[in-house]
Amino acid sequence: MTSETKIVDARGSYCPGPLMELIKGIRQEPVGTVFEVWSSDRGSAKDIPEWVKRAGHELLSNVEEDGIYKVQVKKVK
Amino acid sequence: MTRIVLLGGGVGGSMVANQLARQLKAEVLHGDVEITVINQTPDHVYQPYFLYMAFDQAVPADARRDERQVLHSQVRLVVGEADRVDRDASAVIMQDGTKIPYDFLVIATGSRPAPEQIPGLTEGGHIFYTEEGALKLRDALQNFQGGRILVTVSVPHKCPVAPLEFSMMVRDWLNQRGMESAEVLYTYPIGRLHSLEPVAEWAARVFPERNIQSQVFFNVESVDPENHTVTSLEGDTVSYDLLVAIPPHVGQTVIQRSGLGDAGGWIPTDRYSLEMVGADNIYVLGDATNLPISKAGSTAHFEADVVSANLINRIRGGKGSARYDGKVFCFIEAGADEATYIKFDYQHPPKPQPPSSMIHLYKLAFNKMYWLSAAGIL
Ligand SMILES: Cc1cc2nc3c(=O)[nH]c(=O)nc-3n(C[C@H](O)[C@H](O)[C@H](O)COP(=O)(O)OP(=O)(O)OC[C@H]3O[C@@H](n4cnc5c(N)ncnc54)[C@H](O)[C@@H]3O)c2cc1C
Repeated sequence: MTSETKIVDARGSYCPGPLMELIKGIRQEPVGTVFEVWSSDRGSAKDIPEWVKRAGHELLSNVEEDGIYKVQVKKVK
Repeated sequence: MTRIVLLGGGVGGSMVANQLARQLKAEVLHGDVEITVINQTPDHVYQPYFLYMAFDQAVPADARRDERQVLHSQVRLVVGEADRVDRDASAVIMQDGTKIPYDFLVIATGSRPAPEQIPGLTEGGHIFYTEEGALKLRDALQNFQGGRILVTVSVPHKCPVAPLEFSMMVRDWLNQRGMESAEVLYTYPIGRLHSLEPVAEWAARVFPERNIQSQVFFNVESVDPENHTVTSLEGDTVSYDLLVAIPPHVGQTVIQRSGLGDAGGWIPTDRYSLEMVGADNIYVLGDATNLPISKAGSTAHFEADVVSANLINRIRGGKGSARYDGKVFCFIEAGADEATYIKFDYQHPPKPQPPSSMIHLYKLAFNKMYWLSAAGIL
């Protein structure tokens, strides 16, 4: 993880939820920013990569640690 | 004397001020505590009415009260725009240069739609998230001759259920005017129809029954007002006859001028204590926080209970340890004179409730009872 990584702490977020929190971050921050989304919802491990692919950003990693799903994404455009 | 300053006299700021004034009555009367609300306008605006204004079911006067009347008589009200918060001086600096010093600051400045962030949206789209926008949309609906009404949702935005409610209500509105053949196309940024799963499942069931079209994974990138098309960042282009957009929202400029917000103007806030990160004499509530929870009046309401409890406790020598559990409660208008509701917190996911006409009546009643809630009574 680089020091530039922006943590998006979306644990316990049902609305807007982890993916919407990531989209918010991607809208706000410059190209090149790396985000690490923290989610307590198993669905995020699937939802987030699916959107990242459609939107043309880059999935860096997708892991689970102690029940928290951590997904790293780079904004590339 | 302890000076408590509330920046923003909307839902959150007014509720905290009134709860403090009631419960610290003795301290205020003795001159030990002073409570000051700073609000840009002399009015208090109940924003949920904007949705009804678009359908000519409410007018601006229904949504407005004099903020002085909403506030407890022991609360001081300063009307004017705050220029910035000066943390070194522990004061709010007004645009006319007046300094309002604080011992505790509560920030409840809300959020604002920022259509200017999407090229072409201001020219090509309608929004009902402001009074002015709702009235323009009302006129456009009155003149609508048929075709496609396209609803788009950008992130982040306040009141997460309003886009869905609008779509249901506009379908009814069209049908009642003999425009069954007009299309309502609802789009949403993620892979289902709403971020709340039970709401998404319910919408997926009733949309086809009610003749509402939908498209998911649709994040608006730009609008072409001449050709009447919207292009998404996922690469799809859709045409419209009337575009009703929920623009992305940002925090208020006063937050940015004060250097308190992130890139979107949202204030980093502790999700439990509601203290601004790195400041133990500043609390933040309502839309202004960076928390991953719904930007809704009900959120501000539950947070107000925690902020007031902590301030009262600290003024009386306590540590201010009450915690916000992430609670949110929302009514959802389902069209056809029915409504439902949903509640959840950081630990408990939402559970679906079947819509009923009774909940709809309760929501209509709540619109009138809101003023008691803002007064800190309900
Ligand atoms: C169409 C619509 C429908 C909605 N429906 C619902 C609903 O059904 N249920 C629900 O729970 N929520 C609903 N909401 C959302 C709800 O209105 C907001 O989430 C809520 O008002 C947020 O409260 P707040 O205290 O954070 O901010 P606000 O109530 O927006 O108050 C912010 C205050 O700060 C003041 N301010 C800002 N900047 C300055 C400054 N520089 N100087 C001085 N004063 C300043 C403003 O004048 C304002 O009075 C709806 C919103 C809209 C637009």
